[in-house]
Amino acid sequence: MTGFEAVILTIVTAATPLLIAALGELVTERSGVLNLGVEGMMIVGAVTGFAGAQLTGSPYLGVVASMIGGMALAGLFGFLVLRLAANQVASGLALTLLGLGLSGMIGEAFIGQPGLKLERIHIPFLTDLPVVGQVLFGQDPLVYASVALAVCVSRFLFRTRAGLALRAVGNNHGSAHMLGVHVIRTRFLAVLFGGACSGLAGGYLSLAYTPQWVEGMTAGRGWIALALVVFASWMPLRAAVGAYLFGGALILQFHAQAEGIPVPPQFLSALPYIATVAALVILSRDRWRARNDSPACLGQVFVPDR
Amino acid sequence: MRIELRQRTEDSRLMVWLSPLLALALTFVFGAVLFAALGHDPLRALYVYFVKPLTDAWSLEEIVVKATPLALIGVGLALAFRTNVWNIGAEGQYTVGAVCGSILPVMLPEVQGPLLLPAVLVCGVLGGMAWAAIPAFFRVRFGSSEILTSLMLVYVAQLLLDWLVRGPWRDPEGYNFPESRLFEADAVIPALAGRMHFGTVIALLAVAALAILLGRTLKGFEFRVIGAAPRAGAFAGFSERGSIMAALTISGGLAGLAGIAEVSGTIGQLHPSISPGYGFTAIIAAFLGRLNPVGVVFASLLLALTYIGGESAQVALGISDKIARVFQGAILIFVLACDVFIRYRLHFLPARRAAARAEDAP
Amino acid sequence: MPDGNVLLEARGIVKRFGDLAANDDIDLSVHAGEIHALLGENGAGKSTLVKILYGSLQPDAGAVSWQGRPAVVGNPAEARALGIGMVFQHFSLFEGLTVAENIALALPPDAAGRGLAADVRAVSESYGLPLDPAARVASLPVGVRQRIEIVRCLLQRPRLLIMDEPTSVLTPQEAERLFETLRRLAGEGCAVLYISHRLEEVRQLCHTATVLRHGRVVGRPDPKTASTADLARLMVGADIEEARGRRGDGAPAGPVRLAVRGLSQTADTPFGVSLEDISLEVRGGEIVGVAGVAGNGQDELFAALSGETAAAEQAVVEIDGRPCGRAGPAARRRLGAAFVPEERMGHAAVPGMRLSENAVLTRHGTDRDISVGGVLRLGQARRLAERIVARFDVRAPPGDPEAKALSGGNLQKFVVGRELDRKPGVLAVSQPTWGVDIGAATEIRRELAALARSGAAVLAISQDLDEILEISDRIAVISRGRLSSAVPAAETTREAIGLLMGGAAD
Repeated sequence: MTGFEAVILTIVTAATPLLIAALGELVTERSGVLNLGVEGMMIVGAVTGFAGAQLTGSPYLGVVASMIGGMALAGLFGFLVLRLAANQVASGLALTLLGLGLSGMIGEAFIGQPGLKLERIHIPFLTDLPVVGQVLFGQDPLVYASVALAVCVSRFLFRTRAGLALRAVGNNHGSAHMLGVHVIRTRFLAVLFGGACSGLAGGYLSLAYTPQWVEGMTAGRGWIALALVVFASWMPLRAAVGAYLFGGALILQFHAQAEGIPVPPQFLSALPYIATVAALVILSRDRWRARNDSPACLGQVFVPDR
Repeated sequence: MRIELRQRTEDSRLMVWLSPLLALALTFVFGAVLFAALGHDPLRALYVYFVKPLTDAWSLEEIVVKATPLALIGVGLALAFRTNVWNIGAEGQYTVGAVCGSILPVMLPEVQGPLLLPAVLVCGVLGGMAWAAIPAFFRVRFGSSEILTSLMLVYVAQLLLDWLVRGPWRDPEGYNFPESRLFEADAVIPALAGRMHFGTVIALLAVAALAILLGRTLKGFEFRVIGAAPRAGAFAGFSERGSIMAALTISGGLAGLAGIAEVSGTIGQLHPSISPGYGFTAIIAAFLGRLNPVGVVFASLLLALTYIGGESAQVALGISDKIARVFQGAILIFVLACDVFIRYRLHFLPARRAAARAEDAP
Repeated sequence: MPDGNVLLEARGIVKRFGDLAANDDIDLSVHAGEIHALLGENGAGKSTLVKILYGSLQPDAGAVSWQGRPAVVGNPAEARALGIGMVFQHFSLFEGLTVAENIALALPPDAAGRGLAADVRAVSESYGLPLDPAARVASLPVGVRQRIEIVRCLLQRPRLLIMDEPTSVLTPQEAERLFETLRRLAGEGCAVLYISHRLEEVRQLCHTATVLRHGRVVGRPDPKTASTADLARLMVGADIEEARGRRGDGAPAGPVRLAVRGLSQTADTPFGVSLEDISLEVRGGEIVGVAGVAGNGQDELFAALSGETAAAEQAVVEIDGRPCGRAGPAARRRLGAAFVPEERMGHAAVPGMRLSENAVLTRHGTDRDISVGGVLRLGQARRLAERIVARFDVRAPPGDPEAKALSGGNLQKFVVGRELDRKPGVLAVSQPTWGVDIGAATEIRRELAALARSGAAVLAISQDLDEILEISDRIAVISRGRLSSAVPAAETTREAIGLLMGGAAD
């Protein structure tokens, strides 16, 4: 494997959890719900995924467990903001705080255990092709799943009636209700989907990226995923592009350190966060476009008249 | 059966204060279930966690010590949240406040005198304000969401601190531990009694100042109007940008003050873990205290108790002290859930009738 | 008079919101091929009744039958399946979606397939309502948006079309075209339930009428034979004062107190309207009315007058001869001006704040006893609020309630009273009686006239042409960000104003 291949491979694995989490949040936000609890759902997904794999011996069941973990938290969030009309910003923060606490408690038993790794696929001949073989045909299954997910989400949102209804709910919930679209149900499903994706993204970290449980191992990736949704202006395929750019920024620091660049490692570690801020600022400068694309009802409470 | 919300014509003034108590009761129930699930006698565990720390002087002191930064940050956040400014990066402002406040004591340890401590505190405040001014500027100038930018800066601040105490500010006599030199006596906030220090008095003064600002002054009215209805604020002649800028920098300054007060008054030096997440827990304090400065004081004491209770439960029952974070998250979730009673009446419909009105149940 | 079969029959409809009976034992029957007026003041229960018929609200009691058979309309989709279509007053469109997507959402899945765009074109052209299926709604003007709603209904081949105050956003000429479409539909056997409080157009268009007051049916007059006054009496329950034009009540106009000179500004949002070279003078003692269809720059003009948006130069706006184009709202108030914006909630008042706090909102800069050295005198603010409530007959719950606890009409009286109480020299008011019942509206108009008589300059922006004609001494028309020159009300006609509203050149 060449150095170039290694870089591409690590970028892909760094980008995948960002992409999965961002796609879930993108669907949630398209329905008009702002769930700031991505980080919390992700870390819970990471620990339930790890625990699931350890207890069953199968990393694939671990993947399922990570999605269930994320969905459980998302369900709680959905109940709060959709049934009880609670403030979405505060509820999302609460979810993150609760998720960080819960994951710490659940994960205590698993600290230091060697994890089960989601193996990379190997297709004879194809994977062995020079340069592109490993990158195109030698990734773990979730990498392919994440790319497929981006395409599916895009098709769902813009080519199906259910996707149209979901966008309509996010655009004007009052009108959607008047037309007989089930606003709360649509949003709840979107929130659950977001939770499953966040959980899965966390599971990817503890099962494929670094197969072990470390407290706080999401390290702000949930927040970066949230920024990615804004960066992608709520378009799934743009989110994919953004995820790979951010993945590149995350990986850059490791390679810069390995190359022995004389900069303190903390500065390099800060780069992805600074890049996120920079991306957010540059994007919001173009306010006209942002206002056109963002779901108009984002973060607003809907209580139907009866 | 299903629940239906009916909006009250006016917010219930009673529920504003009953809701946190109800949330607390629900947290105890949740705690009992959690302890039982972990195989402990729920009543005994709840006693160890929430009551026992109140029975000895050391724990009471410790509660005050921990409540001090929470209250300082919490009142600032209450002001920001009321202005509808979502500063969730207080942890970063706290850290930068601690770092800036430490510039004099660490880099110029030979500087002494009665003016040193005020200078240290002012540096801390300015550091926190400056760190908060970054997302404030981006929000006001470019319209970037302060939620994400302020949060990202938390990680940057923590890495900055980490670099300082492992690099240029590492104590040469510290056996290579990642920590700065100890503050000289003149840079230390004087003790009040035991572990308690004068930072608590400063915090109470800050609480009183913000209570007056918010409740009695035109400036505070301006913050509240901008937060509740920015268009009405502009119509009244208030500046939305100015209010956002001010709310963020004031809350940042208070977080910075909390940071340097903790380092100078409680810890005595910089090291990488100067905060058990005060900046985030203070968000809970702000909400639990009804975004009301005086309420925040009580909420901070309660949240400080969850920290101490966690330690107490770890010692007495062998339960992970991570449970403190779980309790804190649960309290916030229950408060937010109970707040539904302030604006809505709950109607319980029997399942049959609910089906006839079928819509929208998830 | 068409005599089709009974299409829709509602019996004993009751709907309560808390203590308020919005609908109290209402009977209604609509025949095929008729245009049936549903008349009533704001708050009479018209909207509640049609929401029940359309399935978006459920009645607490009563029954609906459709073509002679009992029907339960559980939600709007079921209503559409029966053949009931509805065009909403506040449009139910999705601004971020295209015209075709907006229409597809309201159609059953099999009708919303690939041929939809062609169907949209066909139907819209056959009824003279041209539409571009691929256009984004956000970029379309109000009249076109209404077309989308109508075409959306027509594609479902409705048997009953419900129209909620459809002409409130149209010029008289556009309204006339709409009436032709409706007459044609009725001729094809479709029933139309036409909700309005504009009596003249009801008499012109409708075959039958049902009048509601306080949630009850108070009469079923024949709109072809009843006079406007008869209908009005039924709606209000008492004789109302005839519209008293201020024309010719004689006082000579005083000096120029409000002047705008060459106001131009480009829109700062994609949905905003650019203002182009607006000039206007309002003299003491007169009311100048600004007519126009919604969304033609009224909000931008008001913001430029109030100081919420600053002009490029100080000289662009003058209040009592003092240039203040760069000054903010508080400074302009200190020059003696007062402002009442269109939107009560969230603009003129903060819904979650008490009346005393809402009094502070526009009085903190002018009333020295309310804010002393930056400290609020809350007792003083409470007394001010009480004074406004008492003087302007605001019906509010006792003890300094939150603004959102007041009804629309009473809150409007409060926000108007808050400004009049100061005896301003210049008053700019937008939509002074929007969504207010007739009693309160009459009172507010009388107060505006009294203020002008006392020597103040009053500028009233309104989409209600009747109101403009009633209260104004001079009338100007705003269209696409341009303001026509103001002409004396006596020298113009409804038709001339209508043409200007539709964008005809000066």
